[in-house]
Amino acid sequence: MILTALIFILVAGGLLSWMADRWHPGAAKWLALATVGVELVLAIWLWLQSASAMALPAHVGWLGEIRAEWIPRFGVSFHLAMDGISLILVVLTAFLGMVSVACSWTEIQERAGFFYFNLLWTLAGAVGVFLALDLFLFFFFWELMLVPMYFMIAIWGHEKRLYASIKFFIFVEGSGLLMLVAILALVFVHYRSTGVLTFDYFELLNTAMSPSTELWIMLGFFIAFAVKTPIVPFHSWLPDAHTEAPTAGSVILAGVLLKTGAYGLLRFVVPLFPEAAGYFAPVAMALGAAGVLYGAFLAFAQTDFKRLVAYTSVSHLGFVVLGIFAWNPWSLGGAVMQMIAHGISTGALFVIAGILQERTHTRDMRRFEGLWSVMPRLAAMGLFFAIAALGLPGMGNFVGEFLILMGLYRASSVLASVAAVAFVASVVYALALVQKTFHGENTHGWQLHDLSGREMATLYSMAAITLWLGLYPQPVLDAAPNTANSPPAIVVSQHQANME
Amino acid sequence: MLPLLWLIPTLPLAGFLMLALGGSHLSRRSVAVIGTGSVALSALIAILIAIDFIAARPPGLAFQQEAWVWIATADFSPKIGFYLDALSLVMVLVVTVVSFLIHLYSTEFMINDEGYARFFAYMNLFVGSMCILVLADNLLFLYLGWEGVGLCSYLLIGFWYRDPDNGRAARKAFIVTRIGDTAMALGLSLLFTHLGTLDIQPLMQRVTQQWPEGSELAILAAALLLAGAVGKSAQLPLQTWLPDAMAGPTPVSALIHAATMVTAGVYLIARTHALFSLAPPVQLAVAVIGALTLLLAGFSALAQKDIKRVLAYSTISQIGYMFLALGVGAWSAAIFHLMTHAFFKALLFLSAGVVIRSLHEEHNIFRMGGLRKKLPVAFWTFLIGSASLAALPLVTAGFYSKDLILWQVWSSAQGNSWLWVAGWAGAILTGFYIFRVVFLVFFGEARTAVPLETKRPGLRITIPLVVLATLSLTGGWIETPPFLGNLTLFSDFVQHALPPAQVIHDGKNDQTILELLAIAASLGSIALAYLLFLRYPYFIHSLMLIPVLARIRKFWGSGWGFDWLYDNLIIRPYLWLAYADRHDVIDNIYSMAISCTLRWLQKIDRHDVIDNIYSGLAELCLFLYRALSATQSGQVRRYAAAIAAGSIGIIFMGVFA
Repeated sequence: MILTALIFILVAGGLLSWMADRWHPGAAKWLALATVGVELVLAIWLWLQSASAMALPAHVGWLGEIRAEWIPRFGVSFHLAMDGISLILVVLTAFLGMVSVACSWTEIQERAGFFYFNLLWTLAGAVGVFLALDLFLFFFFWELMLVPMYFMIAIWGHEKRLYASIKFFIFVEGSGLLMLVAILALVFVHYRSTGVLTFDYFELLNTAMSPSTELWIMLGFFIAFAVKTPIVPFHSWLPDAHTEAPTAGSVILAGVLLKTGAYGLLRFVVPLFPEAAGYFAPVAMALGAAGVLYGAFLAFAQTDFKRLVAYTSVSHLGFVVLGIFAWNPWSLGGAVMQMIAHGISTGALFVIAGILQERTHTRDMRRFEGLWSVMPRLAAMGLFFAIAALGLPGMGNFVGEFLILMGLYRASSVLASVAAVAFVASVVYALALVQKTFHGENTHGWQLHDLSGREMATLYSMAAITLWLGLYPQPVLDAAPNTANSPPAIVVSQHQANME
Repeated sequence: MLPLLWLIPTLPLAGFLMLALGGSHLSRRSVAVIGTGSVALSALIAILIAIDFIAARPPGLAFQQEAWVWIATADFSPKIGFYLDALSLVMVLVVTVVSFLIHLYSTEFMINDEGYARFFAYMNLFVGSMCILVLADNLLFLYLGWEGVGLCSYLLIGFWYRDPDNGRAARKAFIVTRIGDTAMALGLSLLFTHLGTLDIQPLMQRVTQQWPEGSELAILAAALLLAGAVGKSAQLPLQTWLPDAMAGPTPVSALIHAATMVTAGVYLIARTHALFSLAPPVQLAVAVIGALTLLLAGFSALAQKDIKRVLAYSTISQIGYMFLALGVGAWSAAIFHLMTHAFFKALLFLSAGVVIRSLHEEHNIFRMGGLRKKLPVAFWTFLIGSASLAALPLVTAGFYSKDLILWQVWSSAQGNSWLWVAGWAGAILTGFYIFRVVFLVFFGEARTAVPLETKRPGLRITIPLVVLATLSLTGGWIETPPFLGNLTLFSDFVQHALPPAQVIHDGKNDQTILELLAIAASLGSIALAYLLFLRYPYFIHSLMLIPVLARIRKFWGSGWGFDWLYDNLIIRPYLWLAYADRHDVIDNIYSMAISCTLRWLQKIDRHDVIDNIYSGLAELCLFLYRALSATQSGQVRRYAAAIAAGSIGIIFMGVFA
């Protein structure tokens, strides 16, 4: 019941804020804040409830499940379930929802009701994606999350918003269609061999397939998730979408939507197609390593603050892909950790970009310079999150990246060495960001007011979480192994055999 | 006292937090009290712990403390935990005491700086990270301190952020050391993958039990750790960041060069000496790197005009001595020199700071001169520091530590006479370059008048100078050669943590001859400096008129062209590639591929493959042509849609065929 509520609250909250805006301008943001607040409280309550259960080493099962008939004729059911990884991602979604409402507070003035409607529905879709265990339902939520995001970019975005939003839509919808085909193919293959028509995750888990069929269907899923994650060379929608989206859109895109791609790889691609995924893993890892380096390299080349941060996402998510396909406890723990830590640190960098854009009406770093003397608090926060992004120990990203590196070393020491080059490249781009924006002399004569209380609360809480994740990451790591356990044990061992 | 161990790193970190969060609301006085007080307390606790440790002798001569498990996944569970033995005790004493003196000095030295609170916040973070580094009980937690130190060097070198040059030097320090750190991270991955733990003590046990001497894994692991050490300790080939690190305020240089940061690499190798002993080629590499670095940096120091750059190259050179000692298995000699070096190098920087400030930020030694009378405190302390650096016999600490290294390089099983010659030649260089500075700055004619309004340095500057000067003189008397009493307090103390070097040549006569040679090197080089820079300065001038010599001097002065090499080999290509690809080639490929295909189709049609007789076909073709050119809209979204549709079709065929 709670699982349904997690989605329903956001859906209802979205509709309410849309309507409320007509009755009373300014009410929408308060309603949206209340909605994500309730969502966050609920998610954290669930987390605290299950924290003790998750810490047990032998914990394999699911923390909650709900199943109802939906379209029985086609074997479609309303099936939600939650394990550690979905729980932790729902908490992240709720928290970043809160952040994105806070950072839209003054930025969004026009059609605020419709904006918050889109925001909350995107979040609802994302939560649904993290909970759905019926492939048809999953696809439904997948679409639900994209359309409102398209509107957010197209309506409230910056200069090139139309180009960016349509590019986003085509890449993601095109690949989504591919996934739909792959889902149908999987269901039909399952039907042919067993005579049961079902979209249920658990029933499809051990579908018997010929190796080539398995590989093709797996590729359909993989490409859909690869576009979303994104994996190089499918990343080219991301810099445009992230850059042109309003601040809240960028935060949600980077913090939550990219994670749905990685989550898909983790939940569906490897468990549903263990053999094919094992066979394909070297390619996927090579692409991941390429993304790690290429993203870090291109981030350095950017002059647009948001575009730089967008490319760092390509790099960080490359680590996640490496962690998932190296598939051992360390790398998976690292991948989950990296997903969460990246959500917070990159989200914070987008919030900072939004604050700068709201005050200066530009994102061009060539026009900043020397902002430390003008806005010391903002600059200190910028420095903090740039350092978090480069993976300094003591902050969340390091735990993720180091665990991934260590797990990856077991799978392939060569790829680990290649990926490690990003440790240096990330310092290069992060320090370039700090230098171009905050250090130097204030040659452009900016006179700006420093962080407001609302902005401080947002950024300080994100900074505190980053430190907490870096120094005591256990609550998040405890959530991760459940995923490693969820596919049948045989599958995992087979998979590892393939890797070697 | 021992259970208070955790407070040593925690106090400076707490000081950092207070200053970082509330620094803008605090008065300068409270900032100074918090910043210096936190380090003072932690130094005090370190001293009390040391007394307790020596008196009580805890079981196993080690003390362990665990705060919480940091990361637990599968069998990987590094802790936030501390480990105290003789080695880390010596290190933590040096770090906290010297840092405290530098902090005290800074309270007066930085008093007029607008970023007073920010300065002390960063300094505290620096000390806290360094304490974590030396006290960590596992390599991952050590790595946290290791990276924290790197970050602080970036923050402090670029402390005066308004000048982009400072930013450049700061980034250089962080990036260059990070190259070594990355290798070290891979080394940690290797060690854990093959040995299943990163806790230093069990790890070293497993290393000795599971890996035979000279095994490939041991060599690889040691080489990766060495890369990390080379970066942090500014040894060849990653030494280029340290001379530029002078961009920071002078107390920062003192902190980086004496108490924190550059000693980290030496400590790491000493800490994991069991691993290095199993990898003879790597250990030889350590010695050779040390020998080469101490010579190259010595020559570079000789060609500098900037007083701080002389000291910077001198640090690189002295750390080279420590590497040389580590390379021949003289672990305790390396740490002994680390300690005495911390005293006299901090002293040299701090007194140089007084000189520079009195002359209004004048760094050029050729514009100084005759300052002996005007700045007596700076003169005497700088002289003592220089004497100690030049290993002036009997009275200075540097003499005892450097000669111990030279003797062990000669006598140890892994040493040889070539390495000794390098070390000895380095000793001549050392005395020569540092007394060049002494004679140019404090003797001769005054080339810049000391401004009248210059205040005499206050107590908060004088006290640290006097204390450090005393330590630079007396700090060596705890370890003396056989013919001078044969005290071995230091090596006995650290013996449990650091085994003594294997000695193969143990002749008393040899040792006396070598000591005499070393003494001759020290005295001779000082005399030479006196002759060339004070007595007959025209000789050098006339030498420099010879173009070849002038060019050599320039080459040495530029640090043997390493910067030039890296600039052309790595930085420029990277910048160029980044600029060339700033619009993301992959994004362009999507649109290019489609438009090229369409253009090709157009061409076929233009050359008219289809006969005119089949006019119906021609009509159809014309229709197709129009349809296709309509698709060539130049809009990426259409092209992407086409790609998507195509891929879906292929998947369909694959699945259902």
